[in-house]
Amino acid sequence: MAGPTLLKESGPREVFCGLTSIVWLHRRMPDAFFLVVGSRTCAHLIQSAAGVMIFAEPRFGTAILNERDLAGLADAQEELDRVARELLQRRPEIKTLFLVGSCPSEVIKLDLARAAERLNEELQGQVRVVNYSGSGIETTFTQGEDGALAALVPMLPSSDERQLLLVGTLADAVEDRLIHLFGRLGIHCVRSLPPRQSTDLPALGPGTTVLLTQPYLTETARLLKDRGAKILKAPFPLGAEGSRAWMAAAADDFQVPSHTVADVLAPLMERAYKALAPHREVLAGKRIFLLPESQLELPLARFLQRECGMELVEVGTPYLNREQMSEELALLPVGTAVMEGQHVEQQLDRVRSSQPDLVVCGMGLANPLEAEGITTKWSIELVFSPIHGIDQAGDLAELFSRPLRRRQLIQPALHPAGSVHPIHN
Amino acid sequence: MELTLWTYEGPPHVGAMRIAASMEGVHYVLHAPQGDTYADLLFTMIERRGKRPPVTYTTFQARDLGGDTAELVKRHVREAVDRFQPEALLVGESCTAELIQDQPGALAQGMDLPIPVVSLELPAYSKKENWGASETFYQVLRGLLRSQAPEKASHDPTAWQNQGRRPRVNLLGPSLLGFRCRDDVLEVQKLLTMHGIDVGVVAPLGAGVGDIRRLPQADLNVCLYPEVAESGCSWLERTFGMPFTRTVPIGVGATHDFLVELHGLLGMTPPSAEEGYRRSRLPWYSESVDSTYLTGKRVFIFGDGTHALAAARICNEELGFTVVGLGTYSREMARPMRAAARELGLEALISDDYLAVEAAMADASPELVLGTQMERHSAKRLGLPCAVISTPMHVQDVPARTSPQMGWEGANVIFDSWVHPLMMGLEEHLIGMFRHDFEFVDGHQSHLGQAGGTGMGSEQAKSCESTPSETDLIWTADGEAELNKIPFFVRGKVRRNAEAYARQVGCREISSETLYDAKAHYKA
Repeated sequence: MAGPTLLKESGPREVFCGLTSIVWLHRRMPDAFFLVVGSRTCAHLIQSAAGVMIFAEPRFGTAILNERDLAGLADAQEELDRVARELLQRRPEIKTLFLVGSCPSEVIKLDLARAAERLNEELQGQVRVVNYSGSGIETTFTQGEDGALAALVPMLPSSDERQLLLVGTLADAVEDRLIHLFGRLGIHCVRSLPPRQSTDLPALGPGTTVLLTQPYLTETARLLKDRGAKILKAPFPLGAEGSRAWMAAAADDFQVPSHTVADVLAPLMERAYKALAPHREVLAGKRIFLLPESQLELPLARFLQRECGMELVEVGTPYLNREQMSEELALLPVGTAVMEGQHVEQQLDRVRSSQPDLVVCGMGLANPLEAEGITTKWSIELVFSPIHGIDQAGDLAELFSRPLRRRQLIQPALHPAGSVHPIHN
Repeated sequence: MELTLWTYEGPPHVGAMRIAASMEGVHYVLHAPQGDTYADLLFTMIERRGKRPPVTYTTFQARDLGGDTAELVKRHVREAVDRFQPEALLVGESCTAELIQDQPGALAQGMDLPIPVVSLELPAYSKKENWGASETFYQVLRGLLRSQAPEKASHDPTAWQNQGRRPRVNLLGPSLLGFRCRDDVLEVQKLLTMHGIDVGVVAPLGAGVGDIRRLPQADLNVCLYPEVAESGCSWLERTFGMPFTRTVPIGVGATHDFLVELHGLLGMTPPSAEEGYRRSRLPWYSESVDSTYLTGKRVFIFGDGTHALAAARICNEELGFTVVGLGTYSREMARPMRAAARELGLEALISDDYLAVEAAMADASPELVLGTQMERHSAKRLGLPCAVISTPMHVQDVPARTSPQMGWEGANVIFDSWVHPLMMGLEEHLIGMFRHDFEFVDGHQSHLGQAGGTGMGSEQAKSCESTPSETDLIWTADGEAELNKIPFFVRGKVRRNAEAYARQVGCREISSETLYDAKAHYKA
């Protein structure tokens, strides 16, 4: 079969677990609190991944299990009730409490669904309690968001209203812009999951057409489909081309005349290509290696190859849902190495032997590769930055061109002898 | 179960990683799920290391749990040894693996590997990062040195005198992700060189397996960071008879005491008490007239045990501050901390709840906070100046310049970084003198344009008024008028003090008299 070459490997992985997605989910829904039921490691992970401790009281925390809970001296369910009550007393503004399962809570089979049910009964609708798992033995990085959204699907009210539902966290400004553009296409009823207020859940039913904004929402998509929504197949809205196809898929479903689509989107596309041009100059012909982490790797690779002229050395992804990714896979050049899973050491061997111009990787690997003279871009920035939509294509390209430009700028002065490798260990 | 928002310390296996990553030729196989690999970024991002920590994570998944996770451990051990060719292997587990009880350490020890294997058991549900670092360092020493242990410990720290060589000491405790360890090592080496003392081995930072094996060749051990090295030093003392120094040389007084202790143990003549005055600028800067204004500044101290204790002594004895709060998150150091606090007429705060620390800070109404990054944020919210003295680490705590805490230069660094956040004495004096001049009057346009003067003042006032508990207090017109005579940049503090005072004495109205009463109260 023509198309990319799909490969698999397993071994030691270097990826975040699903708890990490709390870092952007809590910002999307400021009236929600994410309570991880886990260990000190979980607390330390979120704190370290968030990188900052700027909030007086963050909207996430950890109920840390201790020896008494594990030895059965304390009833973990009762303990959890106590911690949840203590938290809600201190934070009366919380409207939704997510109980988030972790590796330890999964291993000891602590039933968070039961806890959520009991707390819901006790709180009588003042606070809605929802549970999902962000554990690293089951989820990778962005899959945590899939779990959180999937947990919300059963709570969505039913409605037959004809509407477009955008599923997946977007930056507020990007969301506003997309809703505005859909409006210009004549699609006026556009709602989002997750919503900006956790209590403002969108309704759902046979009149609902879903556009996934993120490629990692497999389980959420399945549940939405079960509730009668139609999930559109389209490339993901990264880059001008992908975003256009993504919007056009919705337009098609809402029977927007194709000339309207062209009228609205053509000037945007023209502007996007203008914005892309300077970055394309830096990126064209450069070789890129994407390590697996966010599941955004495939659409990013497609964008970087087709719109920025980059050559794809290897495209890693922690998990490949072929059906959901079919549109993306079809746009990748024949023979592109798409690697599902990871053996981090062997993958780094391939990075070193192929000497790419740019590597997309996690924060643990970026500086060590830079120190070997290999330019990197950290993948976590891609889930925090507003990169979706035609208007953001230039900014998205800049995230990749900036590290290359920076190296060109400072290398001559910092390495007058011409050596590529930093002297630092 | 305990509700935690921010934590001061990571889990104990992160402490073990600190030891492994500090050393050369050591590899750590950690039985842990994939999410635990986040810990690499502590080293590569926060400390900007250009090397990955030498750690192989087994990254087991849910589907492995039904099968043979023990085989998975062995496969990763084998691969790690083949690939990295370490001279010693540490094997342990993180919180999740502890629950499935594969005992990876024992598994690896049974694999007949050609290198020493140190098995680490770090209880993740009761212990924390510093304990994990300390236990790992101790186990590494034990694992690599046990075979050399004499039947009966006999060691003469003055033996160098008969061997025609200079005295030689080991520096134990510095590690990655420790506060300014890299720079402290340089400074202590310099200090020892000035006294004709050689440094044998620095460990764990930069030490290889061979270095650990030659630790007993030194005359004694210097325990630089008790949190990490005290249990290791004690073991070396018990097993080999090597004494170790107890004084941590942070501050002029402590550096002198350290030198006296060290010289005493080595059988050398103690150095002159004047040395600190000659070698460090802290004593003269503190005596100089500008520093008069530091007298009695109220300071709140919180951090790890080592740095908080040192800070209390420096503030009290060398800078003439008044310590109004003292505490630590290191439970292991609770005893000495309580004793130090008692001497200052305080009760030590031993807590790892940063909100409790923030509350204590607000209660103590300090003028300066010395704390961790968390106290820096709390202090910012309370509008207080703050200097960071301790871990947990932040990328800002790894400055490009050399910036030690220990020794004579460390005292200089401390003077600068603790005094600068305060208003300089001369500045404060002039502001007091000229406060009625038009530059300080509301509405005056600063040369900074819109950003100047009034905006800040009114913002501060607003933030005060928004606290609901203040609704019970009434400012009289003449009280407000008096308050407005005070320069905008200290007005917020004066307002807070006056209100706190009014509440304390049970007065509902704040007039100009109340303001003066409050001023007298707080200056007293």
